[in-house]
Amino acid sequence: MDSSKGDGAAPLLEARGIKKYFGAITALDGVDLSVRPGEVLGVVGDNGAGKSTFMKILSGLFRPSAGELLVAGAPVHFGSPRDAHTAGIEMVYQDLALAGNMPIFENIYLGREPGKKIAGFTIIDHKKSREMAAAHLDRLHIHVKSVDQNVEDLSGGQRQAVAIARATAFNARLVIMDEPTAALAIKEVGKVLDLIKSLKDHGVSVILISHRMDDIFYVCDRVMALFRGRNFAESRLADTSRNEVIGWIMGTKGHTSELAHDRVH
Amino acid sequence: MTESTDTAATDAAVDTDAAARAESVARYHNIARLLERYGIILVVLAMMAFLYVMQPEYFLTFQNLTNIIRQIAMNAMLAIGMFLVILTAGIDLSVGSVLALAMMTLAIFAEAGWPGVIVILIGPLVGLAAGMVNGLGLTLLRLPHPFIMTLGTLNIARGLTNLISGGRPISGLPEEVRFLGSAQIPIPGLGQFGAIPVSAIVILVVYAGIAYFLNKTSTGRHIYAVGGNPHAAAVSGISVDRILVLVYAMCGFFAGLAALMLAGRTDSGFPNAGVGAELDAIAAVIIGGASFFGGRGTVLGVFAGVLIMGLLRNGLNLMNVSVFWQQLLIGMIIILAVYIDVLRRRAAVRS
Repeated sequence: MDSSKGDGAAPLLEARGIKKYFGAITALDGVDLSVRPGEVLGVVGDNGAGKSTFMKILSGLFRPSAGELLVAGAPVHFGSPRDAHTAGIEMVYQDLALAGNMPIFENIYLGREPGKKIAGFTIIDHKKSREMAAAHLDRLHIHVKSVDQNVEDLSGGQRQAVAIARATAFNARLVIMDEPTAALAIKEVGKVLDLIKSLKDHGVSVILISHRMDDIFYVCDRVMALFRGRNFAESRLADTSRNEVIGWIMGTKGHTSELAHDRVH
Repeated sequence: MTESTDTAATDAAVDTDAAARAESVARYHNIARLLERYGIILVVLAMMAFLYVMQPEYFLTFQNLTNIIRQIAMNAMLAIGMFLVILTAGIDLSVGSVLALAMMTLAIFAEAGWPGVIVILIGPLVGLAAGMVNGLGLTLLRLPHPFIMTLGTLNIARGLTNLISGGRPISGLPEEVRFLGSAQIPIPGLGQFGAIPVSAIVILVVYAGIAYFLNKTSTGRHIYAVGGNPHAAAVSGISVDRILVLVYAMCGFFAGLAALMLAGRTDSGFPNAGVGAELDAIAAVIIGGASFFGGRGTVLGVFAGVLIMGLLRNGLNLMNVSVFWQQLLIGMIIILAVYIDVLRRRAAVRS
């Protein structure tokens, strides 16, 4: 992986030779990745290619069986999502991982509530938490009726927006999103993609996992494909085409046009 | 993201319109929320009014009211612990047996001549230890559901109770224990009727403390989060196992406190105490509007649930209704309470 060498910027996050075994199953077999600051990297691959497992390793939920992670050039070991948060890496899960029974502002600051620490307890400052949440949502141009609304009362797109707001609430440097548009109504998809663009404008890197070529080609700077737990191909977006990327997902290189079911290109 | 977001740069008139609409929606929500939160208090008041009309010369007497409080003290303690467990979508079937174990242990210490202050500490400590066993067993052994673990400890604790006591009750406890369960503190200047039972003070302190803990501390909010979506809690850096051990430990602690209240009221320890008490505690929590599936419910609701069950028993006793009918009625109220909740949620989904 030499994409970072071109312009001299150190990669924000680099993964080298990541392997992951579940019992006798090899989910990842030496995967590399690098993301530069402010870059949007698309990750594609068929079901079972290892995308989700790989992202869970990058976000600290799983530990790799082998390989190393570097943040801004320095090796790191993530024992939990909290360690990844500390390094500025956040993940938006496909199921969003929101507590529907709790209001928006509490979801945004869940596990990191503002307040005073007294004898091991954090006394939450709910007023400050509400104000911070409202200001943060404003910054991202996310509009909700009230930060007191329970998340279960929101539309799919609004929930996605809240999940992204939570991921960026604490100076995130990299946000990993797993299929953020898969469950959305079409008119909400554009809003979420624009949100990703605005993260990029704020200097935040994004790793976007998606099956939808429209998403990839709308927001990404670069795209990489995984196939059966290994790196298969990668390219700057400007140097590839939808058909080629679709070919990668199916594990083929070169003869793209006859395989393509998408003949728009 | 409302409809107005895309046209953010356009006319302000639309914005104020939307704001006014949002405000009226918010006001409607507030009223609905108030009703949802405090509606159950209306139920309690209606019950009290009904009982007063039915039994004007007995029900509102000081004697009867303090009686009710002393009678509900035990269930109040069990229910608040059960509530914490149910908030995490769990269940603790062992509280009745843990109560008996704590009660017999403290009675045995009392019989052996230990000072009252020590005897008082024994009850909650035994409960706490039993609760820790539940919580650690559940999380370390990775049992599929807390029903299993606590069904096991229900039997273990009852067996232990009989083993250490030989199945024999002990009566005559230190004054300090009796003070907690049955004494009352006169309120100066109010004469003979102005006295508040110590058990009422214990209930108030515990319920206010737990309400503060659940609403204002991060740990309290994490209990709701674990009940709402354990995966969300885990990826937010919350240790789900730590929260589970905490709620089962607290539940055990309150079962020990319940043992203390019951021992104080009856001035004794008996090994068959609290048989079936776990079901009363669960009933109070559910009647109080907490969701059996976790993440939903308030301390005020639990308090109302405890009161409703206590008032029902007391009122039906006053009216000479047999215990059999009482049981039947409580069963119907449990089903009714949950059905009302189902209807309410269905209405909320439609709106």
